[in-house]
Amino acid sequence: MTVGPSVYWYLTRASGAVALVLLTVSVVIGIAAVARLRGPQMPRFVVDGIHRTASLLAVAFLLVHIVTAVLDAFAPITLINAVIPFTGAYRPLWLGLGAVAFDLLLAVTATSLLRRRLGHGAWRGIHWLAYASWPVAVLHGFGTGSDVHQTWLLAINVACIAAVLAAVTVRVAIGWPANVRMRIGALGVTAAFALGLVAWLPGGPLGKGWARRAGTPANLLRPARGGRT
Amino acid sequence: MRLDVDPIKCEAHGLCAELLPERITLDEWGYPIIDPAPIPASLQDLARRTVNACPTLALKLRALESRPLDGVQTRSRRVVSGRDGGEAAPGRRARSTR
Amino acid sequence: MSLPRVLLGAGPETMDFAVHRRVHGDPPTAGRAAGAAARLHAELTRAGLRGRGGGAFPLAAKLAAAQRAKRRPVVVVNATEGEPLSVKDRMLLESLPHLVLDGALCLADALDTGEVIIAIDECFGDATASMRRALLERPDLGGHTAQAKIVNVPSGYVTGQETAIVNFINSGIPRPVTQPPRLTERGIAKRPTLMSNAETLAHVALIARHGAEWFREMGREDEPGSALVTLSGGVRAPGVFEIEYGSRLGSVIEAAGGLTEPVRAFLFGGYAGSWVGGEAARSARLSRAGLAPLRASLGAGIIVALPESACPVAEVARVAAWMADESAHQCGPCVNGLGSIADVLIDVCEGRGGRDAFGDIRRWSELVTGRGACAHPDGTARFVTSALSTFATEFDDHARHGLCEACERRPVLIVPRRRVAVRS
Repeated sequence: MTVGPSVYWYLTRASGAVALVLLTVSVVIGIAAVARLRGPQMPRFVVDGIHRTASLLAVAFLLVHIVTAVLDAFAPITLINAVIPFTGAYRPLWLGLGAVAFDLLLAVTATSLLRRRLGHGAWRGIHWLAYASWPVAVLHGFGTGSDVHQTWLLAINVACIAAVLAAVTVRVAIGWPANVRMRIGALGVTAAFALGLVAWLPGGPLGKGWARRAGTPANLLRPARGGRT
Repeated sequence: MRLDVDPIKCEAHGLCAELLPERITLDEWGYPIIDPAPIPASLQDLARRTVNACPTLALKLRALESRPLDGVQTRSRRVVSGRDGGEAAPGRRARSTR
Repeated sequence: MSLPRVLLGAGPETMDFAVHRRVHGDPPTAGRAAGAAARLHAELTRAGLRGRGGGAFPLAAKLAAAQRAKRRPVVVVNATEGEPLSVKDRMLLESLPHLVLDGALCLADALDTGEVIIAIDECFGDATASMRRALLERPDLGGHTAQAKIVNVPSGYVTGQETAIVNFINSGIPRPVTQPPRLTERGIAKRPTLMSNAETLAHVALIARHGAEWFREMGREDEPGSALVTLSGGVRAPGVFEIEYGSRLGSVIEAAGGLTEPVRAFLFGGYAGSWVGGEAARSARLSRAGLAPLRASLGAGIIVALPESACPVAEVARVAAWMADESAHQCGPCVNGLGSIADVLIDVCEGRGGRDAFGDIRRWSELVTGRGACAHPDGTARFVTSALSTFATEFDDHARHGLCEACERRPVLIVPRRRVAVRS
């Protein structure tokens, strides 16, 4: 029925990629902010402003990403799937991860907008969920994304992961948190995530038959004719 | 309105002095010195933005009449000696309050 | 019309309940009778009783604030006495616990509350034991329906600050917190809290018995009544003395057996107080008005006579370093400022001070005043800057030549090594 990818399909992929980049910018600033780097051209309130703006923009692009995915007729994705994880017919696990990331970001955003009322303590506790939202978003992108083979998107993903890895290294290097075990743990977890991806990707999303393995409904799969699906 | 800082919450991030240098300067350890003069109408928006920017919500705007009776906590003080921001005295490293 | 009042009948033994009733009469039991609360408030207002813990806040005003509160208040006896140079509160609990209890129970009745907490430094074993025995002697607390319990607070200079005690009872953390809200609005378990120094409560007990006019027969118009002072240093018999406000410094020194050697200077108010040179203090009168021209105050009733043979620079440097350590380490200006001041003072004492050492110390002192959550940095700043003026010559000498022979002598100003460090 569909003659080719609709404009929604393009929009959802593009906005997803942009959201990931913006989220990465925000997370990198959040991680490295403890270094309190400042310069005459880059006062702290500007860095803080970029952090807040990038986060809000990421959420805005996320909303576009979700709405266009729902509107697009190709994949059976409903609005519920976007908010309640693992309920979809289309690649339930990988799409569900996206819903998880979105829920976490909703919590972080809502509490940040209400920070003055909540007080610093409560806000800070929830804000830690932001750390979880990023790797979940990355996995969602690899698992669900149909552009995963494209060089441009691979490059974006690699850049994002490298940026976060660098930020964590900076933070650990200046001695944060104070507990040595926690520092090694943080660095270890991030490195393990990056290496895990490197090990997983070739046989996974970049490998043969991923769409079927990821849970794309059978009627949407292109018939295997010796080429990649 | 006047500005007040909660010295326990303050962690010397310094955004306040960047945003409102008319009322806030940093001492040699990076902690804010708040000018107790009232905030005129022309600075009120900026003051609100500054309060919002504080990463630990240590900065507060108070109505002029509200003043703690004992006067001990959240007192703001104008330092007359003139040193603002800038380098610490030689050899004095700023200490962390953690 | 004479002393002793609080110390009436005090001797080496603890005054048990029977003796207490013989000496002072039965505890006031106006209790919960209608109008009793208002009468007590009126008496306290007329008496003009101010706190004896150093803050000198009018007790009647605190009582009124707590009476206005909607929830049932808690009464707290502050016997933590964090200032090492003061022993009067400890002494009161050891010798005259019933007088302190009487005062606390009067306030509890006036507030129609059943809860009294007695906060005692955890290292004051004798005082705690004595208060425990006293409580057992009054199982029904003499007709009051209050329940009193003892809470041991960790040792520390700032752990005895009002909000620190409340914070400790609420959350286990013995560090000051910022106000508002004031304790009389919200304190222990979010209830209004009336906290008072142990000695203040002893005076309440006497005012409740004898009335405000009796209280005002001693002292000055603007500073009525008597007070306990701890006198130490170069006197023959250091200890706790009861003075009438406005009396001469000389008379309490006589009561202490006189000076053991010529005095270099006097320290008034403890480690948060200020110094007055020996000559200037010669005719000093012990009252706010008497000491104000000398830029000093009694604080929690502390007087130290620093003998000629002591080295003021070493004493001040040691105390400043200790005060820096005793910071709750919550506020940047205090941690950094007191630390810097102490470092430079030690440098000066050992002859290493830079050219600007004294200018730096004065600048830091001004920089820390008023910028902490409690008055700890203000006190240290005052102690240090008054020392710089009073002992200008000695500080100069040390800056030039380093340690002097007097530096090695046994310290006059004791700094206790705490059993438990008060740190984050």
